Amino acid sequence: MENSFFLQAIIYLAAAVVCVPIAKKIGLSSILGYLFSGIIIGPFVLGFIGSEGQDLMHFAEFGVVMMLFLIGLELDPYKFWKMRRFILGMGSLQVGITSLVLFICSSIIFDWNWQTALTISLALSLSSTAIVLQTLKEKGMLQTSVGRSSFAVLLFQDIAVIPILAIIPLLVSSSNIIPDEDIHHSLISNLDGWLQTLIVIGVIAVIYFAGKYVIVPILHVVAKTRLQELFTASALLLVLGVSYLMQLVGLSPALGAFMAGVVLANSEFRHELEGDIAPFKGLLLGLFFIGVGASINFRLIIDNPAFILIFGFILTMIKFFVFLGIGKLYNKKIDQNFIFSIGLSQAGEFGFVIMSFSMELNIIPNMLANQIMAIIAISMISTPFLLLINERLIDPYFGVKEKESKTYDEINENNEVIIAGFGNFGSTIGRLLKTNKIPATILDLDSDRVDSLRKMGFKVYYGDATRLELLKAAGCENAKLFIAAIDNPTVNLIVIEMLKKHFPHLKILARARNRNDAFEIIDMGIENIYRENLYSAVHLGVDALVYLGHRRYSATRQGQRFIKYDEDAIFRLAKKRHDKKAFMISAMEEIEMQEQLFKSDLFNPIGPGDHAWDSENLKKDTST
Amino acid sequence: MFAHPLFEKSFANKILAEHIPPSKNITFHDLYEIYPEFDINVKYEQELLKNHDIIIWQHPMYWYSCPPLLKQWIDMVLEYGWAYGKNGLALQDKLIFQAITTGANMENYSTEGDNLFTLPELLRPFSQTAKVCRMEYLPPFVIHGTHKMEEETYYEHGASYARLLNYLETNEIDAKKIQQFFYMNDWMQSKNI
Repeated sequence: MENSFFLQAIIYLAAAVVCVPIAKKIGLSSILGYLFSGIIIGPFVLGFIGSEGQDLMHFAEFGVVMMLFLIGLELDPYKFWKMRRFILGMGSLQVGITSLVLFICSSIIFDWNWQTALTISLALSLSSTAIVLQTLKEKGMLQTSVGRSSFAVLLFQDIAVIPILAIIPLLVSSSNIIPDEDIHHSLISNLDGWLQTLIVIGVIAVIYFAGKYVIVPILHVVAKTRLQELFTASALLLVLGVSYLMQLVGLSPALGAFMAGVVLANSEFRHELEGDIAPFKGLLLGLFFIGVGASINFRLIIDNPAFILIFGFILTMIKFFVFLGIGKLYNKKIDQNFIFSIGLSQAGEFGFVIMSFSMELNIIPNMLANQIMAIIAISMISTPFLLLINERLIDPYFGVKEKESKTYDEINENNEVIIAGFGNFGSTIGRLLKTNKIPATILDLDSDRVDSLRKMGFKVYYGDATRLELLKAAGCENAKLFIAAIDNPTVNLIVIEMLKKHFPHLKILARARNRNDAFEIIDMGIENIYRENLYSAVHLGVDALVYLGHRRYSATRQGQRFIKYDEDAIFRLAKKRHDKKAFMISAMEEIEMQEQLFKSDLFNPIGPGDHAWDSENLKKDTST
Repeated sequence: MFAHPLFEKSFANKILAEHIPPSKNITFHDLYEIYPEFDINVKYEQELLKNHDIIIWQHPMYWYSCPPLLKQWIDMVLEYGWAYGKNGLALQDKLIFQAITTGANMENYSTEGDNLFTLPELLRPFSQTAKVCRMEYLPPFVIHGTHKMEEETYYEHGASYARLLNYLETNEIDAKKIQQFFYMNDWMQSKNI
């Protein structure tokens, strides 16, 4: 192909930019837009790209690799534990029953050998994480019970892939190997089945331990350089490296990236990694969907339309009814159950992975595998349509709509409170909250501190809070309270500005180093400002009064009043400040401010005159 | 004027507070929420009093008196020369009464009971304070026996509190008549409120 990389990129991007807004405009999900743009630019309509097919799958696979890395990152063991009943129960029921039914049906109908039938059944029992999660997110349903159940099933499937991929090589030894010139050879594909399995398990173990004892320390070193782009580079290097390693031993790179994600899910770098990869994620997902659209082999469908369409239809029906039964078992309301079952009724990208893997191992003839892939692609395309039909035609008959349920908190790992900056100031706040059993998501940019705080049991994440992606990853969209307690006032200010712009619902409590910082924060419309020196200075002043002979209670009350007065004064002065000439240098500014303060103290209403408990006047009154 | 240092754990007072009718004429003023450090803003409180005709001190009975912040409030807000004294006429002729919850039963508040005194006897410091401020002190609205109470009973009391406040908001009140009753609750019964 003569086409340069640029031209290819332009074609992909242009197709997406044209098709997705059109799809959105006529009320379809963006996924359908991507899929159609894929079909249109694909080899069977316009033929702009992918006339070799293989290129396209590489492209698509890269999208899946990145996506699975992110999914892996979200597989925090704690969240996982909370959802165990759904994941294990629903997930295992679904994968088990679906593949069993598929296995029985296909064994009866086709004359495949049992290894082929089993591999295909297992591959098709898995659903598409990309399609389901993206659809649910667009519909805003991730937090409903449908969203949770879907996520649980998908999680189980994500995990089930590992044993499935481990089992498949074992099937080879007993199957009739069809010699084929076109097989892609991996390093180990010539070894015995059991040895291959052993190597696969070994590689998984290596990734696990390397992640824990090599990658995290390296990330620490990188983090210390404080070069943002270097961190992004290492994140990408990590994903690509693991993927390459997996490819070397004949496993899917996507699976490698997924596992790398899981290994790092519990590390302090999780949110930072998420933030780094997230900007790529949307684009790459789009690419993936375009890839799916473009990879549909219409020639295969035209050659044998009955087989592919009927198989696709039956597959979707079987999956749908199995899910419907499971939903019923878990007491889902009927309308919820329909969305749940239709949403997961397609076969997924893991199907592609398993198919190409089995092709490499020669379990399945190339022709059949390609047909199955076409079926998977078609079933993926059908899901958004089926959901649309459900939404427009079926759902209205079952009136009851579920509101976002309150039990959501239980498995929501997004905390209500986010603390940025965990130095002396922030950590004191964190401790107070912790003693009141309020969990907080904590962000800090000092990787050494992050490390030691983690050892003490705080859930602290390394990351630069001035980056929008990190704020998103930390859960700013769902949080109630943001405590901006970063040591550096300039950085703190930038963070507050970002929050004000992107998360206007968020209540912000801001630390200010001094009066000038406070003014800038007030200018941004923040009401809750805490000057770090005001309260301790007033406390000291109160003690000074006490040592000079004042009673402690009266001195304390004066202190209380002084704080109130000063807090009011700062809002007043903040407004005044703008009247001044702009060229005033800041030192002069500070001095002038002090003068103003002292001046206004003279008219301060909080002088020592206080009538309560003071009987002077009363005595006068009674004596007359 | 509501005072309860542990409002979040008080069932009776929560129900009462919830039943306060939403009206621009009624202000629910939660002292412990506003002045956690007992630093009462006297000017603000006096302004608030000026703008209302009927004042209710709603609080649980603690050691035969009110919670300490309400006493602090009385000490600080009812200033000489404003609320009492020669020129202290700000509160003149305003109506005031207490809405009180007690853990013990009514029988305990009598010469034969454990508490030896009736509730109105124990509340004399309050009625006298009101008198010094030239206000009309009305008998208290009382809920006895909150330590052992069925949930429905709480709600019945809440509803009756709501009826009382509605009545006071919309009707002319003859203080002298109400003062003949032992409790506000008795007057309500006689009027079928």
